[in-house]
Amino acid sequence: MNFIVQTSYLLAAVLFILGLKAMSSPKTARRGIVWAGVGMVLATLVTFVHPAVHGVTNYTLIIIAIAVSGVLAWWSGRRVAMTGMPQMVALYNGMGGGAAAAIAAVEMLRALRTLPEDLQTQAQALAESAGLSLAAAEAALLAEGAEPASIATALGGDVAILGILGALIGTVAFSGSLVAWAKLDGRMQRNRLVPGQQFVNVAVFALAVLFGVMTYFTDSLAVVVAFFAFGLLFGVFMAVPIGGADMPVVISLFNALTGLAVGFEGYVLGNPAMIIAGTVVGAAGTLLTQLMAKAMNRSLANVLFSGFGAAPQSSAEGPEGEMKDVSPEDAGYMLAYAERVVIVPGYGMAVAQAQHKIWELVELLQDKGVEVKFAIHPVAGRMPGHMNVLLAEAGVPYDMIFDMEDINEEFATTDVAVVIGANDVVNPAAEEEPDSPIYGMPILKVKDAENVLVIKRGRGAGFSGVENKLFFADNTRMVFGDGQKVAAGMVQAVKNL
Amino acid sequence: MAIEGFVALYIFMLAAFTGFEVISRVPVILHTPLMSGSNFVHGIVVVGAMVVLGHAETAAEQVVGFIAVVLAAGNAVGGYVVTERMLEMFKSKDEKKKGAQE
Repeated sequence: MNFIVQTSYLLAAVLFILGLKAMSSPKTARRGIVWAGVGMVLATLVTFVHPAVHGVTNYTLIIIAIAVSGVLAWWSGRRVAMTGMPQMVALYNGMGGGAAAAIAAVEMLRALRTLPEDLQTQAQALAESAGLSLAAAEAALLAEGAEPASIATALGGDVAILGILGALIGTVAFSGSLVAWAKLDGRMQRNRLVPGQQFVNVAVFALAVLFGVMTYFTDSLAVVVAFFAFGLLFGVFMAVPIGGADMPVVISLFNALTGLAVGFEGYVLGNPAMIIAGTVVGAAGTLLTQLMAKAMNRSLANVLFSGFGAAPQSSAEGPEGEMKDVSPEDAGYMLAYAERVVIVPGYGMAVAQAQHKIWELVELLQDKGVEVKFAIHPVAGRMPGHMNVLLAEAGVPYDMIFDMEDINEEFATTDVAVVIGANDVVNPAAEEEPDSPIYGMPILKVKDAENVLVIKRGRGAGFSGVENKLFFADNTRMVFGDGQKVAAGMVQAVKNL
Repeated sequence: MAIEGFVALYIFMLAAFTGFEVISRVPVILHTPLMSGSNFVHGIVVVGAMVVLGHAETAAEQVVGFIAVVLAAGNAVGGYVVTERMLEMFKSKDEKKKGAQE
């Protein structure tokens, strides 16, 4: 690699790290993505003069691929609503994993193409010099310790191992992220593809690893193709049983895996920018995944292998009693005469795009001297921080937004807790019913408030498919309807007072 | 071209520590944008994809290499767009409110 390329890659790596660092503080976050973007543009442009790149056809193909894909990605990223962000992150991340795997595939194809030549050339030379037949010369070479032709001998052992590992991780991240995207986008409801999914998963994973090992020693294209096929299949099988409530953790995990795959393929290509950026993301993503799993009080293994939220709950043991509903106007009056109000937003608020109306309501309540706070559960929405992003968008100041640990004790002294579009994160079953699938997850203790208002579109169960006893409690009133319309009704009621 | 094994190990180790350090003090409010941001950063895979397509010799290599560049460019561009849109929430008009958060 020449001096210009090397220097630019180094600079890009520095810009990525500075960019991520800046993104970890609200003050500098917007600067961060710009720095990282500059690094990316620099690295991409300089790669056009990379010494390995040659051929008019190849240059044309590169430009076409970047242009077409770039325009499509730009357009889809611009178009998607704020609520659709999580699945878009999953989709783009999956593409990165697929790219890492495709890089490994090209390198393996090259290795297979050059393989026969290596040993053949040596054998031919020996045959001519020693007057042997070609087959005898080849046998003699092997006996002397020349290694049989394989991907490992062509690439070098270390490169082959990391290349294969990166390919496996990349294919899994690719197909798994696509499943995550399909599930969050409401295009896929299934939780099982085959009977005995868990056992099949183990078998498919074992096969993927087995073919990965065989790829190291092989000189056959069929083995390599089978290896990639089983990797893709495992990604699908791994993601399908995972319940929707766990998807954020899984997307974060796939993000970390893609980073790792990119780092490994960077080693294969001898590209330090890829090694550094990929490994940084792999480590940061792993930590983020752990934070998210911890917030749900579940181990990562539990998230991945329990199939939580997969089986529909038997309604036979549903909560007793009935839901009591009130009109949005009544709910508005109730809030206007309260002293302390805590609002608990969830995914439903995002779907209804109700955050702006809710903020309007809160501002009116504050004018009336009501003390209002927002309580955010670590896994409210579909990703950590999802709610914070939406509230920030509506203009809610940071100092009104509290994390679960900081506010949970205050519900006992709260007059009205308003739950808008949240369900599982306020479900008392997580504390009281050991056989509930969400048992052990820390929840917001909304039920301790004097009154609870639940704004909800319909009477169905939550994202994890678990019935919620809170809705049947004596101090709970349900406000059925679209979040935005209900909030507008409440605003009207408060204005009329 | 290749990076010597042990030097690569050092790079892996230091980069991993950097990754942990960078994310260890992140407020919850930035988790989603940061996840999206790190998703953008591994879009650097686009340079690797360009190299493998750039040194492809056969039609099969060109096809797989082309797929690699398409996927990688989507990762980079899409990752940038959604991250930037999320971070637009942190406009300077909130600067005074941010003081309370620190």
